[in-house]
Amino acid sequence: MSVITFHVSRFTFQTYPMKPTPFEYYAPRIRQEALELLAEYAGEAKVLAGGQSLVPSMNFRLAQPSILVDLNGVDDLFGITPAEGGGLLVGAMTRHRMVERSSIVAERAPLIAEAMPYIAHPQIRNRGTFGGSLAHADPAAELPALAVALDAQMRVQNASGDRWIPAADFFLGLFTTALEPDEMLVEVEIPPLPRRTGTAFEEFARRHGDYALVGAAAVVTLGDDGTVAECKLVFLSVGDMPVVAASASEVLRGQRPTEDAIRAAAKALAADIEPQADIHATAEYRMHLSKVLARRTLARAVQRASGA
Amino acid sequence: MNHDVDVEVNGESYSRQVETRLLLSDFLRHELGLTGTHVGCEHGVCGACTVLLDGVPVRSCLTFAVQATGHSIMTVEGLSGDPDDLHPLQAAFHEAHGLQCGFCTPGILMTLLPFLEENTDPTEEEIRLALSGNLCRCTGYQHIVDAVKLAAAKRRDGITTPAQEADVEGEAGML
Repeated sequence: MSVITFHVSRFTFQTYPMKPTPFEYYAPRIRQEALELLAEYAGEAKVLAGGQSLVPSMNFRLAQPSILVDLNGVDDLFGITPAEGGGLLVGAMTRHRMVERSSIVAERAPLIAEAMPYIAHPQIRNRGTFGGSLAHADPAAELPALAVALDAQMRVQNASGDRWIPAADFFLGLFTTALEPDEMLVEVEIPPLPRRTGTAFEEFARRHGDYALVGAAAVVTLGDDGTVAECKLVFLSVGDMPVVAASASEVLRGQRPTEDAIRAAAKALAADIEPQADIHATAEYRMHLSKVLARRTLARAVQRASGA
Repeated sequence: MNHDVDVEVNGESYSRQVETRLLLSDFLRHELGLTGTHVGCEHGVCGACTVLLDGVPVRSCLTFAVQATGHSIMTVEGLSGDPDDLHPLQAAFHEAHGLQCGFCTPGILMTLLPFLEENTDPTEEEIRLALSGNLCRCTGYQHIVDAVKLAAAKRRDGITTPAQEADVEGEAGML
């Protein structure tokens, strides 16, 4: 980058190109202050969480917010706590790194623990946040699909109150959520897994840390008779938001989870997903990967459910 | 839309008034003259701009300078105060030919510093995963992996500072 130097009498001014467009910056220390800023500047203000998606899009000027409300100083948005009944609560500003290393997550939400290392690169996980990723709603991101697979509850707040939104109703489309302009995601509740439940996650990317061509999360509950009582299979990167493979799950429900049954479920995917082609992969290849990942994650989830 | 930045970089305190939109990477390079932090892709992919923020490797191109207020930053310049006295991690890269053009090296070093503190004897796979967020277009990574193994061995031998590295090199020179 070139640096332009102006010499004016004995003073020297340096200036250099700026990547993002100008914005007003607020760094509140308490949550209510942040919410009041969002109320005052609803529609103009953008929340800055870890910035690992927002700042690149600002550097490209794809995003040009006029006001940023930085949540990095709001301490009570950080942290992971066990919830009563065996679930857990994750503060929206909790860094991926903390989730990745949390023993509470490993024990109570092994699906999330399994998926964390797939999220971008170590440096991105050091800064990026759990809530930021969910609120950004990138269809290629892992956490939205996991939230849907685990029936997570999103707690969103504005200056006058809060509401809980089930993950299935939170994601509305490409980078679009149910959040109103004056609201922010403050906390996510991951409910406990039923007994005899196993989970598995896998994705395929050309290089580790790249956005996945396809990813799949499976949650399988076995009944006492060994048949599949409940099954949920959720995909990322095959639509404009997390896609629940309802037909594939239906094929497996009530069945003994044999290799053949799992293969039949994977075949039924054609009715559930319609992957698109892009420069990274053809639609056919994404479909092929989806079936492979469905088979692998379902088989692993079943195996873990048997041991649970 | 200016804002105060009060930040500690490599142990020194700096106060500046900058535009809110100034990236930490550009702040380090242009305001503080610390050009060891390199700027490659500027959207968080290449890892060349990696610095330590409160001891943790982050992309300085994805952080605004104003966000660094009240925090401490370490850049590659913080590894050693003297170009003739390499930090053992730098010395390992030198000895194992862990760089060619060197553009990616500062980001790699800053990624590795805390990694090697936590992983005293990393496997090749652990090393490659740790470096997955740092692109190198010259080396093919093999010599980088070798350098990391050498750096880990130096640490295990208790060589963790430029002074200790210089002592070892001095002894080797006398043989």
